[in-house]
Amino acid sequence: MLKSNTPAERLYNGMVKENPTFVLMLGMCPTLAVTTSAVNGLGMGLTTAVILMMSNMMISALRNIIPDKVRVPAYIVIVASFVTIVQFLLEGFIPSLYDALGIYIPLIVVNCIILGRAEAYASKNAVIPSIFDGIGMGLGFTIGLTCIGMVREILGAGQIFGFQVMPSSYEPLTIFILAPGAFFVLATLVAIMNKFKIGAGKPREDGSTCSKDACASCGNTACGGKMFKIGEE
Amino acid sequence: MGNLLIIAIGSALVNNVVLSQFLGLCPFLGVSKKIETAAGMGGAVIFVLTLSSFVTSLVYKFILVPTNMTYLQTIVFILVIACLVQFVEMFLKKAMPPLYNSLGVYLPLITTNCAVLGIALTNVQKEYGILEGTVNGLATAVGFTIAIVLMAGIREKIEFNDVPKAFQGFPIVLLTAGLMAIAFFGFSGII
Repeated sequence: MLKSNTPAERLYNGMVKENPTFVLMLGMCPTLAVTTSAVNGLGMGLTTAVILMMSNMMISALRNIIPDKVRVPAYIVIVASFVTIVQFLLEGFIPSLYDALGIYIPLIVVNCIILGRAEAYASKNAVIPSIFDGIGMGLGFTIGLTCIGMVREILGAGQIFGFQVMPSSYEPLTIFILAPGAFFVLATLVAIMNKFKIGAGKPREDGSTCSKDACASCGNTACGGKMFKIGEE
Repeated sequence: MGNLLIIAIGSALVNNVVLSQFLGLCPFLGVSKKIETAAGMGGAVIFVLTLSSFVTSLVYKFILVPTNMTYLQTIVFILVIACLVQFVEMFLKKAMPPLYNSLGVYLPLITTNCAVLGIALTNVQKEYGILEGTVNGLATAVGFTIAIVLMAGIREKIEFNDVPKAFQGFPIVLLTAGLMAIAFFGFSGII
């Protein structure tokens, strides 16, 4: 067992134990929207990872200065500033990725993973572990997006990272790089995890598949609507 | 007028916000267990999204463009939306308690709904004016409501079906969403 809050433990936690895509099921909008190819998934994952690392660092450094009552707006401003910076860097230096990701880059601001980590980790811990927490979670997200992107690219175009891998007799199932394919791939993935009781399908200590530190509406999704008992009374 | 109609049909049906743009997926999957709650959520989204597209269009045209600060749009929009949701909640609580009782629980969930920020940014990207932007917001929200109410109706029926164990819960909902997305492709011939 790794000692808690060391850099190595944080990286392991983010990439494996609490992988945001497979275990926590957070940030579903970009997961489905930009994974039309492995490259786009990788690009989105790394962009999110950089922003997550920077915002975790900043929020952790300011954790004793930000008043408790206005912490969420303060976090949003910090995250939005970094997103804006990264957006302009991408536009300037990697315009092809900027065009492919489009509106989903500014939408990183409302990505549950970033505010979730700010609230659950960076606001309570020192700067160095928070940075590594951001890197670990970011890389975990990158792994998830790249995997889903690869599956969709193989099925939908017969390629991985733009290289032809399927024999030329293979007829690409274009539906997998269109919108419905995203739903089908994720559904199958979650069903496999449920079947083998791994990741998101693994029962937690209290017997539910519900993580309490996830942010409001997305956490509600992961919990199958158990967190906010709307309309069940 | 025809222009506005095309924008409205395009955002509500052809490029449905949930099923083809993947915005607002969380409430779509999380609050779609019953038709009444889904309709409640849809009502709250229509209300907030229309108002927020109007306000963000105003802010963009009369504050950000004249002062040459359009590069701050992401930060400004998210703050405007967060304040707006908060304000709407307080206003409804004070002025219209019956409406607040039916929509109130959904309002805090909407701030994190990426459709709201997404539409504000799309309006800028597509260079919509104030009227077009507001119509786009309203139509998108109507599209969201159509999708979430349909989904809730299907989920109420699925309850009685014999779903394989591994597919129970989240996966079957995603599969349903995928089939709905294919069905919505049918609208792409309209415009």
